[in-house]
Amino acid sequence: MMRNRIAHWLQGRGYRGVIIGLPYIWLLLFFFIPFCLVLAISFGSRTPTAPPFGYGGDHPWISFVGYSRLFHDDLYIRAFLVSLSNAAVATVLCLLLGYPMSLALTRVSASWRNILLMLVILPFWTSFLLRVYAWMGLMGKNSWFNGLLTDAYNLLTPATWHVTSIPMMHSNFAVVLVMVYTYLPFMILPLYANLERLDPVLDEAAMDLGSRPFRVFLDVTLPQSLPGIIAGAMLVFIPAAGELVIPTLVGDASSPMIGRVIADEFSSASDWPMAASVAIALLLLMVGPMMLYTHYQSKAEAGEEP
Amino acid sequence: MADPFIRIEGVSKKFGTFQAVQDVSLTVAQGEIFSLLGGSGCGKTTLLRMLAGFEEPTEGRIFIDGQDMAGVPPWLRPVHMMFQSYALFPHMSVEKNVGYGLKHEDMTADQRKARVAEMLELVQLTPFGHRKPHQISGGQRQRVALARALARQPKLLLLDEPLAALDKKLREHTQFELMSIQERTGVTFIVVTHDQEEAMTLSDRIAVMDKGRVKQVGAPTEVYEYPNSKFVAGFIGSITAFPAKVSALAGDVATVQVAAFQASVQARAVPGLNVGQEVTLAVRPEKLVISQARPEGENVIAGQVKDLAYFGKDSLYRITLPSGELISVHSVNAGRSAGGRPDWDDQVYLSFAPSAAILLVE
Amino acid sequence: MNRRPVFLITVMCFGFAFFYIPILSMMVYSFNGSRLATVWGGFSTKWYVSLLSNKQVGAALLLSLKIAVTSATAATILGTMAGITLARFRRFKGRTLFSGLVTAPLIMPEVITGISSLMLFILMAKFLGWPSSRGFTTVTLAHITFSMVFVTTIIQSRMLQADRAIEEAAMDLGSKPWAVLFDVTLPVIFPAILSGWLLAFTISLDDVVITSFTTGPGNTTLPLLIWSKVKLGVTPDINALATLTVLVVGCGVALAGYLLNRSEKRREADARLAYRAND
Repeated sequence: MMRNRIAHWLQGRGYRGVIIGLPYIWLLLFFFIPFCLVLAISFGSRTPTAPPFGYGGDHPWISFVGYSRLFHDDLYIRAFLVSLSNAAVATVLCLLLGYPMSLALTRVSASWRNILLMLVILPFWTSFLLRVYAWMGLMGKNSWFNGLLTDAYNLLTPATWHVTSIPMMHSNFAVVLVMVYTYLPFMILPLYANLERLDPVLDEAAMDLGSRPFRVFLDVTLPQSLPGIIAGAMLVFIPAAGELVIPTLVGDASSPMIGRVIADEFSSASDWPMAASVAIALLLLMVGPMMLYTHYQSKAEAGEEP
Repeated sequence: MADPFIRIEGVSKKFGTFQAVQDVSLTVAQGEIFSLLGGSGCGKTTLLRMLAGFEEPTEGRIFIDGQDMAGVPPWLRPVHMMFQSYALFPHMSVEKNVGYGLKHEDMTADQRKARVAEMLELVQLTPFGHRKPHQISGGQRQRVALARALARQPKLLLLDEPLAALDKKLREHTQFELMSIQERTGVTFIVVTHDQEEAMTLSDRIAVMDKGRVKQVGAPTEVYEYPNSKFVAGFIGSITAFPAKVSALAGDVATVQVAAFQASVQARAVPGLNVGQEVTLAVRPEKLVISQARPEGENVIAGQVKDLAYFGKDSLYRITLPSGELISVHSVNAGRSAGGRPDWDDQVYLSFAPSAAILLVE
Repeated sequence: MNRRPVFLITVMCFGFAFFYIPILSMMVYSFNGSRLATVWGGFSTKWYVSLLSNKQVGAALLLSLKIAVTSATAATILGTMAGITLARFRRFKGRTLFSGLVTAPLIMPEVITGISSLMLFILMAKFLGWPSSRGFTTVTLAHITFSMVFVTTIIQSRMLQADRAIEEAAMDLGSKPWAVLFDVTLPVIFPAILSGWLLAFTISLDDVVITSFTTGPGNTTLPLLIWSKVKLGVTPDINALATLTVLVVGCGVALAGYLLNRSEKRREADARLAYRAND
């Protein structure tokens, strides 16, 4: 009897219930609740218990200590500034390099295009960690690449400025460089998708009316690719701001990025409430860019006007 | 009188604040080809989907063969649909497509095979059974869609704009094919279309719809020759209409004064007319006779040829009336010589029989 | 456009050089006889030999593969459901929240997802007694959550493109919703499901940050192993591993490209066949 009723429900509204419900419940359980936990813990206080946070007792029930430290303590302010600026510079460079590449991909002949697209996608599927590692190899003091650059530098400068090697590792420069390297495919793919959908007839109409190719680009192509630009930029900027792996491997330990700070507060300092506060602050900063992304990503796919 | 096969009673459908269908009541007889004709947004497609079961009416009920369809999901209805986009399953062969619905029928595998073969023969696609939908042409895909919908021998077949995607030549051919298949199988067809020519040739009866309501229901001749409103008169075929005032009534002949003609003409009276009533007089272009000499008869108007378009087998004239307004006249070129046919700027006379004039109250 | 876009092609070549010079350099140095990764000491394959006989690497690889296959499969199932939900079910309670939950992990920094998952597991262990230790299960659960949203995006966009009338036709012909799903909907979007699985697999196989937070002692995945070695500096056996990875992935991508190309050619042939079958 019960089986029949369940079977009947399953066929009717139960279908929707299962299809919507299963992923929903999963995401609530393993994504939403953890997020709420972080939020709650950010208002807690650090205690010597395990897990290392608590409310009440010696501490206030709701503590804003963590959040106020964000504003007062130099460490955090600097970390945010460094993260945002690194991410911003990396985004701009990705755009400057990625846009012409995407555009070029739309202009080459069809047979080349497939191969080239594969070559763009290939690094994307290779291990992220190994790609960072590849650059570590090149940037090291004794690498052939560094040697080449050093020789070129020494060639162009007077003797008093000569160096034995160019210090690239463990600097913001290295972080930005590796970020551009690893995130470039994330810029190219949405841009390419947007540009590919544009109607070449519009370019022809503009040329017919007297515009030269560069003008056509400025007047016709660029405005139409704006959704792709913004979507790609956000797809680079947001994860880059919170990066942990890259700054740990090639970054400057004395001015850490915010991802590093969160991890350190959490593991080394065992200060969960502080780590949570920093994380929430980072998320709040990213809300604006996230909304920009969702808004423009759908437009880029549809090829609509921005 | 037997219970009609399909009964739609007071059906309305509201989407949020938008009223798509408003209080529609129709009956369709078994074995009939019935069309829902109207422009986009008139509610015909919504009505069709309610018959199929993809939408539920907000008000009213639908009966198919005496059975109330309220709450019955699409997969349990004895109704099948031929979709406008054909909706063939791209990963299945033509045979598998046609036979898809049969697994819900109580048949053996051999019986199913036989039925599929029968259907393919009906639509003349027997050699293409193994092909996939993207390996056959558009017209062939439509026939597969038709065969698939008919395989389970439904009581009712719904066709959504069946001829819209076809080019002209294929359209005529398919029209006759549809009619012959319907005759052979005896299935009741309900067709949705925006093309009035399509509706007129295919159907036994037409329901003209506008803004969610049914304006008029009748056989093609009835709807064409005796439209009940300005909307229906204008929607089907072409027509020119003028305001008129009833000046006399004598039996079934009404005399009306038409300002545009600057004359009075006689027209077929409709019930409920009063002297002095404001009505509309409408005449179809092919009912007007154009001549250069003044003819005998009651309804004669003078005018001047403003425009003419020569189509070979017929000509279309636009005549300036005494009031300055224009009227369209459609004339078959029965004679071969140009002489005797009116030319630009000629003074001509138009005449028409009283029975050809339509009086419209709304 | 007939004019060859010289500027664009130059930039593109530079871009590809930028992409591949580091990788090629790494591949070349994987054959370096000298231990110093930055000085050439003659051609040698000894690093490959040591790599392939390294038990630690073997165990880590096995664990990574197990996690990747499990999480990719579960993520594909859940992600497909979510994609169908967003594409087909326009109105239901809590749809906005659901939309948000599906978009957020895509762009959130991984470190936040990592610590939030770890916080959940620790608290669960404390109050519910499970999971008692972190390892395969916790990592897999976190991976599923993280990668299912990528699958959702792919499936959602594919479902929006698919003709809804096909599903209605199946219902019209007598199939109930679950039958429609398995008879028609899933087969038609199968390539998208496959690419979703591959993407989820790659994401899981490659993940460092989330894995490092949610794993426990003794359960080291391959990326974590590499991560701990690489933090100490550049070593040649990692070069060898990287080269192997690039070659395997390269073959995979080339195979995918070849298959896509073949199916495109077949589609063109079918279209020609259809055209000629015209009556």
